Amino acid sequence: MKQVIAVLTVLAAIVGLWYAACVPMNIKGVLTEQERAGAQVQPPSAKDRRDLGEFGLIAGNSFAIPATWEQARPRLPAPHQVAVEMWKTTVQKKITSKRSLIYHAWVTLSATMLGFVIGTGLGILLAVGIVHSRVMDLSVMPWAIVSQTIPIIALAPMIIVVLYSVGIQGILPKAVISAYLSFFPVVVGMVKGLRSPDAMQLDLLRTYSANGSQRFWKLRLPASMPYLFTSLKIGIAASLVGAIVGELPTGAVAGLGARLLAGSYYGQTVQIWSALFAAALLAACLVGLLGVIERSVLKRMGMAQ
Amino acid sequence: MNTESRAAAVIEANHLDLTFQTNDGPVHALKDVNLAINKGDFVSFIGPSGCGKTTFLRCIAALETPTGGSLTVNGMTPDEARRNRAYGYVFQAAGLYPWRTISKNIKLPLEIMGFSASEQEERVNKVLELVDLEGFGGKFPWQLSGGMQQRASIARALAFDADILLMDEPFGALDEIVRDHLNEQLLALWARTEKTIGFVTHSIPEAVYLSTKIVVMSPRPGRITDVIDSPLPKDRPLDIRDTPEFIEVAHRVRDGLRAGHSYDD
Ligand SMILES: Nc1ncnc2c1ncn2[C@@H]1O[C@H](COP(=O)(O)OP(=O)(O)O)[C@@H](O)[C@H]1O
Ligand SMILES: [Mg+2]
Repeated sequence: MKQVIAVLTVLAAIVGLWYAACVPMNIKGVLTEQERAGAQVQPPSAKDRRDLGEFGLIAGNSFAIPATWEQARPRLPAPHQVAVEMWKTTVQKKITSKRSLIYHAWVTLSATMLGFVIGTGLGILLAVGIVHSRVMDLSVMPWAIVSQTIPIIALAPMIIVVLYSVGIQGILPKAVISAYLSFFPVVVGMVKGLRSPDAMQLDLLRTYSANGSQRFWKLRLPASMPYLFTSLKIGIAASLVGAIVGELPTGAVAGLGARLLAGSYYGQTVQIWSALFAAALLAACLVGLLGVIERSVLKRMGMAQ
Repeated sequence: MNTESRAAAVIEANHLDLTFQTNDGPVHALKDVNLAINKGDFVSFIGPSGCGKTTFLRCIAALETPTGGSLTVNGMTPDEARRNRAYGYVFQAAGLYPWRTISKNIKLPLEIMGFSASEQEERVNKVLELVDLEGFGGKFPWQLSGGMQQRASIARALAFDADILLMDEPFGALDEIVRDHLNEQLLALWARTEKTIGFVTHSIPEAVYLSTKIVVMSPRPGRITDVIDSPLPKDRPLDIRDTPEFIEVAHRVRDGLRAGHSYDD
């Protein structure tokens, strides 16, 4: 109960700040609109208004404050505007409609999942190689680290162009970018997890004359599970970012990235914000779902109480 | 030593040396160690830390390779002996896998050694009974006390029926009361199974109470300073520790430790 109150308090504070921020962000635009509509605004000259700061404008035109939360194309939309837009584009639209946010979220989600599966698989394979081969440890790990220092926003268009030139388009280029972002946390986490058994546990297996594959399946792999889930949670969030970034350079027509792009072309800030919130919500659901799977798997394994 | 007891020796070390090469120069962990352990002996290794007790046990288990001398286990090299499942090893920490139940933990060596499922089941029940843990097979390690976990780890070492049990300070991390109880149980188990036991400890009462043979060691270089054959009877209730014989053996162990100049630094 205390927790709920704490969360609600923080939420209320954020929403309050947001509404407050809308006023200075939108006041200039509102005054221009109001003047056009015939209202008396202070100062009357557009040039003077430009030179006066936002807070000066607010002080002189307090009647215009409510209007800063109701603009059609605000610089910063108010929370309820975003909420209404999200409601309209989810519940009130058929999910097959091109204007349904659920449809766009699904397009991004499918690329995210494909990329996540590829990235996770690749990450686990690389980690197993790194743990078992000193050569791979020395050769792969530095490249994996370097790969993550290249800004994805610079790399994404190249990946898409290269794949397009060999005839690959659609979901796969997005999934590749997703995988590119998500394999790294999995490699790092799994290497740590596979190396987590201590010398005593390894010695114990030696006293049974266990071979390498028994050591892997009976000790290293189960010991790495908690590490794997931690990395998966980071990896899936990275996957989602990858899928969205992958939709930007192609001028894709579908997906949350496409909604962001279209919104910014047409100055539809409400649309941008609702796409952003949809992405955040999606990420929260995915990470939450992994958390549920983690708890039940570890509990069944006896590693969580 | 007469020829008969020599023939019965299951572990025999002659002029055994082990020098670790470290960045700070060589460390003589074992120097000229000579020892014969007979079948059915309960041998304790006692000495201050760093005198090579663990190293010697690890040599027997083929976890370390001696740099000189000879060492045989059941007449074989330690490596061959291990492949013939000559020994079970109990570490200081129970080291049970948290993701396996007690039964599954005990099955670990059996799975690796390829026992059939029905035989695994049978052996688990047998050793659980030996260490007094019947009914706990389905529990996870975190559901058991430290003493019970250590008993489970002893059961794991017994599961594949090795003749030799090597134990490196198995009760070192437990409190005195639990330890007394486990010592009593260990003696009962030893009497029932007739195993040969090598037991590392740094407690004088524990060594005297348990052993038929006490090996006193001292450090720098790690070596044996005294080997005491205990005159105590095989049947030992806990209050044997108040008898004059017991106290006399304990004295001799203490003298041996002192003679090793182990406390001057
Ligand atoms: N792997 C190793 N590398 C280097 N030195 C070691 C190693 N293992 C043990 N030693 C050294 O050998 C000596 C004996 O160690 P150990 O057998 O563990 O003693 P104990 O078990 O009697 O306390 C110590 O000085 C220790 O530092
Ligand atoms: Mg030791």
